[in-house]
Amino acid sequence: MATEHNANYNGKNAILVDDDIDLLGQLKFHLETMGFNVSTAESQAAGEKLIENGSYNLAVFDLMLENQDSGFVLSYKSKKKQPETPVILVTAVSAETGLQFDSNTNETRSWIKADVILDKDIRVEQLRKEVDRLMQ
Amino acid sequence: MKNLRVLIVDDEPGMRRGAFKALRDYRVKLRDFDEEVGFDIDQVENGTEALEAFAKVKYDLALLDYKLPDISGLDILVKLQSQKYDLLSIMVTAYSSLEVAVSATKNGAFDFLAKPFTPDELRGVVQKAARSLLLSRHAQKLAEEKRQVRFQFLSVLSHELKAPLNAIEGYLNILDQKVAGDDLVKYEEMISRSLIRIGGMRKLIFDLLDLTRIESGQKVRELHEVSIKDAVRKSIETVQPDADIKNVKIELHCSGDDLINGDSSELEIIFNNLVSNAVKYNRENGRVDIYIDKDKEDAFIIKVADTGIGMTAEEKDRLFGEFVRIKNDKTRHIPGSGLGLSILKRLSSFYKGDVTVESENDVGTTFTVILKNLSLTDNEDSA
Repeated sequence: MATEHNANYNGKNAILVDDDIDLLGQLKFHLETMGFNVSTAESQAAGEKLIENGSYNLAVFDLMLENQDSGFVLSYKSKKKQPETPVILVTAVSAETGLQFDSNTNETRSWIKADVILDKDIRVEQLRKEVDRLMQ
Repeated sequence: MKNLRVLIVDDEPGMRRGAFKALRDYRVKLRDFDEEVGFDIDQVENGTEALEAFAKVKYDLALLDYKLPDISGLDILVKLQSQKYDLLSIMVTAYSSLEVAVSATKNGAFDFLAKPFTPDELRGVVQKAARSLLLSRHAQKLAEEKRQVRFQFLSVLSHELKAPLNAIEGYLNILDQKVAGDDLVKYEEMISRSLIRIGGMRKLIFDLLDLTRIESGQKVRELHEVSIKDAVRKSIETVQPDADIKNVKIELHCSGDDLINGDSSELEIIFNNLVSNAVKYNRENGRVDIYIDKDKEDAFIIKVADTGIGMTAEEKDRLFGEFVRIKNDKTRHIPGSGLGLSILKRLSSFYKGDVTVESENDVGTTFTVILKNLSLTDNEDSA
């Protein structure tokens, strides 16, 4: 039951970037249920602006936006500005689809700054668990 | 094209020199690929040196003397086979017996040349080997590219199918656990979004089926005289409800001949794609104008012009790729499979035609499709 989760992140700010408006809405809904104030963007460019101009306690980025590696870039920029803010990458690009990141991205894999990468068929319980773990 | 590397293995200096001279300036033409290839030649005088050379350098061709002072040419062949070098060998021998020829070929020799031979005979054999080698390399490359393309297509496809599934599953989970409390309006929104995503998925699957059928040639074509005007009108009817919502006005301009020999279902797919795009990417109170004309060569020119969001030059360049959807703030909320234009391009090629696009960002886009009349006897010549 939803009511079990007492929102305990009241007053905390989260940044959320996803170009699928449904996923964006759902993740926003879940994060708000946990108590976060959520700032959203639907593109890498808009996400970068949010990072520049805001301060966040949690970051959630989709991997593929305008570019295949948008989420990596956002993670990098977020960590550069606020190293202590945990970053969750959500992606539908998982091992079994076999979709390779391009070599350019492979090279940059060493600087993936995300704390956790979650598959997109994410459940609210799972999200909650990861957020709790990362926010400790 | 890069020269082929040849190793001449012979203990007679005269033979080596002769072969070197015959091949030094020789070039083999590959007509099918419009290419020409020459040869870089090395020489060794015995089997040991030959094996060392093969291990060090990636040779494409080997001229192997059968009778060498240390190892026989046949033994070298066996070694080459076991090392799986990507090269063709030609066995050269003065003892031209059927037996030697058979055992050489058995052990992987591509061809056989009897001593003494003229420069032309040598070139003839080398030409045959070079062609065979290059053709098989081309074929390998093509097969690999095809495999890559298919793999990439499937990867992207599964991604495109997963996205709506994830969205719908997410909504259902919220509904299932009643996470949104008692706010019915929220649930209704989620149901309506789920239905929209299911619709998008259905469209993707149908487009995919169209594309597969077109590609595989399984779709049986039925060629008749079809009125382009009627076909376009049908498409307009299909799209009209969407146009009404946006108050987009669609007008058809056609004064001349509009009869084409074609497959009505193919033409329907072509026009449905064109007209629905023109509405989908239009703005409120916009226009769609459809012109049917003929050019000097009697080909139909169909222009579909909209007053929509348009594209930048960079977006235009990417447009015709499979699953490519131009993502920006204006298109984000417009559903689409990203396959429509691939289908359009493929189908118009059946009519020896083409699709081109002109667009100005924020002003509008005009798609031009050229379709040529098919001969009604082309019926069996499907796809």
